[in-house]
Amino acid sequence: MKNKGLRLNGHTILLLITIALFIVLYAGGCIAYGHKGFTHLQTFCNILITNAGLICVACGLTCVMLTAGIDISVGALIAMDCMLLAVGMQKGIGAVPMIIIVLVIGLVFGIVQGYMVGYLNIQPFIVTMAGMFFCRGMTAVICTDQVSITKDINPTFYAWANAKVIIPFGGYVNNKGKYMAPYVRPGVIVALLVLVIIYFMLKFTKFGRSLYAVGGNTQSAAMMGLNTKLIKMKAYILSSMLCSIGGICYCLNTMAGSVSQALGLEMDAISSAVIGGTLLTGGVGNVFGTFFGVLINGTISSIVKTNGKLASSWPNILTAALLFVFIVIQSAFAAIRERSKNK
Amino acid sequence: MEENVVLTARGISMTFPGVKALENVDFTLRKGEIHALMGENGAGKSTLIKCLTGINDFEAGEIHIDGISGPVKNHSTRDAQNVGISTVYQEVNLCPNLSVAENLFIGREPMTKFHTIDRKSYNKRSQIIMDELGISVDVTQNLENYSLAIQQMVAIARAVDMDCKVLILDEPTSSLDDEEVEKLFNLMRKLRDKGVGIIFVTHFLEQVYAVCDRITVLRDGHFVGEYPVEELPRVKLVAAMMGKDLDDLAEIKKEGVENAQNNPLEISARGLSHTGTVKPFDLDIHKGEVVGIAGLLGSGRSELARSIYGADKANTGTLMVEGKEVKINQPIDAMNLGMGMLPDDRKAEGIISDLSVRENIILALQARKGMFKPLSRAKQEEIADQYIKLLQVKTPSRETLIKQLSGGNQQKVILARWLATNPDFLILDEPTRGIDIGTKSEIQKLIVQLAGEGKSILFISSEISEMLRTCSRMAIMRDGQKVGELDKDLTQENVMKAIAGGESDR
Repeated sequence: MKNKGLRLNGHTILLLITIALFIVLYAGGCIAYGHKGFTHLQTFCNILITNAGLICVACGLTCVMLTAGIDISVGALIAMDCMLLAVGMQKGIGAVPMIIIVLVIGLVFGIVQGYMVGYLNIQPFIVTMAGMFFCRGMTAVICTDQVSITKDINPTFYAWANAKVIIPFGGYVNNKGKYMAPYVRPGVIVALLVLVIIYFMLKFTKFGRSLYAVGGNTQSAAMMGLNTKLIKMKAYILSSMLCSIGGICYCLNTMAGSVSQALGLEMDAISSAVIGGTLLTGGVGNVFGTFFGVLINGTISSIVKTNGKLASSWPNILTAALLFVFIVIQSAFAAIRERSKNK
Repeated sequence: MEENVVLTARGISMTFPGVKALENVDFTLRKGEIHALMGENGAGKSTLIKCLTGINDFEAGEIHIDGISGPVKNHSTRDAQNVGISTVYQEVNLCPNLSVAENLFIGREPMTKFHTIDRKSYNKRSQIIMDELGISVDVTQNLENYSLAIQQMVAIARAVDMDCKVLILDEPTSSLDDEEVEKLFNLMRKLRDKGVGIIFVTHFLEQVYAVCDRITVLRDGHFVGEYPVEELPRVKLVAAMMGKDLDDLAEIKKEGVENAQNNPLEISARGLSHTGTVKPFDLDIHKGEVVGIAGLLGSGRSELARSIYGADKANTGTLMVEGKEVKINQPIDAMNLGMGMLPDDRKAEGIISDLSVRENIILALQARKGMFKPLSRAKQEEIADQYIKLLQVKTPSRETLIKQLSGGNQQKVILARWLATNPDFLILDEPTRGIDIGTKSEIQKLIVQLAGEGKSILFISSEISEMLRTCSRMAIMRDGQKVGELDKDLTQENVMKAIAGGESDR
């Protein structure tokens, strides 16, 4: 039949473009700033370390976007999580209990948002916007100052944050003649685990496939006997849970709670997902693409930082340009497909 | 239960607020037959199907299904599927972003021992199912890569694989081309031979005769009859659907317009069409002429008018107004050329229910003048009063909200709206539907009178007698195509024969 044998459909091509773009960007960084150490594996590890939280959040957001929904509460939820962790530990609560508290809050938060979207049929944008205001507000209610987590406050958490997971290859010898082994932080391991788990969940479980079905055509999914309300609700619960896990990773990186933390992080997550080929209209995308979306954003920041002379607002402008290009490519593919179908 | 019968519905009644949608309707489906459910729009076909599939809760009557003792009452499509009734709708209810195999199995995927879905096994099973039905697809490809016909067949395959005894196809062919329809028919015949009972709803008469074994006709929510297909020729089918008995078709005296065909042309359409609704047609309308469009509901009557008026932008063809070629992209262009259109759905497209009679009347005139040249209040009142008087609109005052008026008076107000723009060409789509006899004849008289003043009118109505009274010529629509014109021997019988068509080859 039509298109038979054409295994490379538009979505696969988009993903390939995303990966190619990442390689080009990264290679460009290596060529331009090789003398500043961009070629070292550690540069890549640093991108992962900085963005561990974002990877978790973006995975959750991808799941929500697959159902044609959106969750803009994630940035604020991270800020609230970090503030809770910092203040809680300052008050002498242990690291493990605090983490459990944060995860439970994520769960409850997700249930509330998911119920409103799934069962009360309220626009997800509105629901999660309310969630965003709530979390930002609560962050300030908990504490208006910046609270740092130091070694004195909680040695366990401090130890986790500074633990190094050494990578057995790709090291280099610095100018003092010392071998520098590349490393990542524990948060990165968590983030990569999340990535792999969500990848397999989306591909090989009933729930994962039903997310695609709901996003593809909610009415049809319901006609085929899927409980679309529950599926939507679960997507938001998943997003808030992953966001809380991401919040812990984020906190391990910043070691502080502050009202203005993770400002606009939801937009970074959305743009990563979109650059990675997830459609806002639902039903298309996967976390593998989203991961590369995060890496592209991270590489841009890293290049600008390594350059040292460019203003820190340049990553925003580059991301804007990229988003624009990707949206144009996506709609071009959609148009081509429509045309070939009408033939 | 009778031998071979798979489904019986007896005495089904169902009321929607204010409307008796079904009254004491019977339906019988046998094993291995394709049974057409026919009727005009609003006859109750969809309602009956929704009763069978559990979407509607019927009030009275019983449904029996072979192999199940006692009456069956479904409360959801899922219930219906459990007793073996599956439905495939005109709109394909599948997920285009999933693979063909996933669409077949979603919600009931085979699992591996690790509690993950077993892709290999369901891909293999899907391929077997599709091969058996003679549908050549790669089941691992996304559904969106295939044509609508294939998608339709996948939907049928899903229904069949869920062990259905009764397969309901609700207008499945509306968006398919001829070749695709033939493929679908082959599939239907294959399933019939396997013993599935198929209920086929369509408004394409040819298709009924091409594939069906039996016909049940509904009209106005009533059961008209059940006939083997060979005993019900087309004209009789149309007569049954429209509720006219061919034997007592009285001649109707035309009171209307005399020969206007020598007048100059007002409208001349050549090869006009709108994809999916109306196939290319030619139509000439002279000044001072009333031309009718006859056809069953859903045959493309309104769509033809809409494509002239720009309500559905024509995809092909040319349109000449008073001898000049024009391009109409949207209704305002048509209005500026002196056209007016009274839509058939006056609730949705006609009245603005929260505005007053006066505001409703001046609406089109104001739209044509543009927003920045408002009519003065005095002028508005003058116009409103003039038409309220002319059309004898029964309203307490010109400031009464239009929603408080009766249907007939609302219709008059909308008519006034277009008359106020002083159009040269007026399209009237079912202007008399749902209004009382007295007002009907007033409107008919008005149409003739307007034509006498030199206006051209395109008149669409389900009542042939009404058109016979007013029109000097009729265009006949069938299945989205203009199939001919009648200008002499305008009798009810001739018009019905023309609507039914295909009499010679059957």
